[in-house]
Amino acid sequence: MNDARRHHDMGGLEAGAIDRGEHDKAPWEKRVDALMVLLGQRKILCVDELRRGIEELGADAYERYGYYERWMASMTNILLEKKIIEVGELGARMAEIESGRREALR
Amino acid sequence: MSRHEHTGGPAHAHGHDGYDADPTHRHPPRPDLEDTPLAYHQVMQMAVVSLLVEKGVVSADDMRAQIERMDALTPARGARLVARAWVDGGFRERLLADSKAAAAELGIDLGPIPILVMENTPETHNLVVCTLCSCYPRFLLGLPPDWYKSRSYRSRAVREPRRVLAEFGTDLDPDSRIRVHDSTADMRYMILPMRPAGTEGMSEEALARLVTRDSLIGVAVPRAG
Amino acid sequence: MTGAAPRFAPGARVRVYERFPPGHVRTPWYCRGKTGEIERICGRFRNPEQLAYGNTEAVYEVLYRVGFASRSLWPAYDGCERDRVEIEIYEHWLEPLSGDMT
Repeated sequence: MNDARRHHDMGGLEAGAIDRGEHDKAPWEKRVDALMVLLGQRKILCVDELRRGIEELGADAYERYGYYERWMASMTNILLEKKIIEVGELGARMAEIESGRREALR
Repeated sequence: MSRHEHTGGPAHAHGHDGYDADPTHRHPPRPDLEDTPLAYHQVMQMAVVSLLVEKGVVSADDMRAQIERMDALTPARGARLVARAWVDGGFRERLLADSKAAAAELGIDLGPIPILVMENTPETHNLVVCTLCSCYPRFLLGLPPDWYKSRSYRSRAVREPRRVLAEFGTDLDPDSRIRVHDSTADMRYMILPMRPAGTEGMSEEALARLVTRDSLIGVAVPRAG
Repeated sequence: MTGAAPRFAPGARVRVYERFPPGHVRTPWYCRGKTGEIERICGRFRNPEQLAYGNTEAVYEVLYRVGFASRSLWPAYDGCERDRVEIEIYEHWLEPLSGDMT
């Protein structure tokens, strides 16, 4: 029965003390949240799909990624699956942004 | 380890993007990375948004407007409902029966997802968790705190709620019972805490200031003064 | 909204199916196979287990809140015997307790 538990389904597991520290949401985190709300309103992506996509990132990513990193990874995968965006243009745009940022930091 | 530590470089004392750079701020800001290399998923976010803007799926104004709407949703909204319920028994009944209609009386829109209000009594304490993800009544309380989304809270709240409450400094009468609400599907929850003793004669506005976010989730109870 | 009348009424004893399908489900692992009581009927909602895969025609299903004695979920539970955990569960995850048909 243990084998059938999925990693995100954690109610009742042993776990340590609760870290009550909080951080103000970073601007990029708010943008991820806002994008999800807007895509939901446009019926492009629903929260159930977002959650399914997060679960499918796998146990390792679930633990390593921050909360909004999981959201972003899931949203992007689903937008690709739905052909709203395409792998080539996404990769090119990410490379452009990274090299632009590197230039700005020199 | 911090779930976010890999995303950031060292903090700089700049006030970019609306950050409060005051080091005494109650919630220290994370580095907002304006002057450090961007983490992978931040680059992904910028790229996806820029592509969606080009394609006309969303606009930069839509994004800004949504962030403003989200920023306007704070636990003060929930606190107003609780304070009104404390001073007006009829409103309390209506809030418990149909929170959306009751909130509308105060001009508060609870949004599209039903919110059930659970009342604490001397016999019963209520606590909210989402063990499967992070479901939270954001139209009433804004975005959930980090701990609400943490593995420790999600794992333990259903199994050892009294020890979880004790970590938040909330000690219950051992004879009172706990109802833990696991927000697994299409409902969201807000707790109606008990009005603290010694608050007789306080104004509704003053009462609302006693109502903390944590008391609306059920990990704490309001204290007088 | 469409669909048959709710199968269970508040107060009915129900058992959660002890099933472990792959994929996105909304019934927590810790209550599978456990017995509880219908606390209320929440209404009908599109089945999130279908919505999660992009099925915009997902069927409407009755959603319940089911209360479980904490001691029935956690054998070593040491809190008050009246402590409960209440969980939102869709009708297709619930069966009537044998001999207690509604």
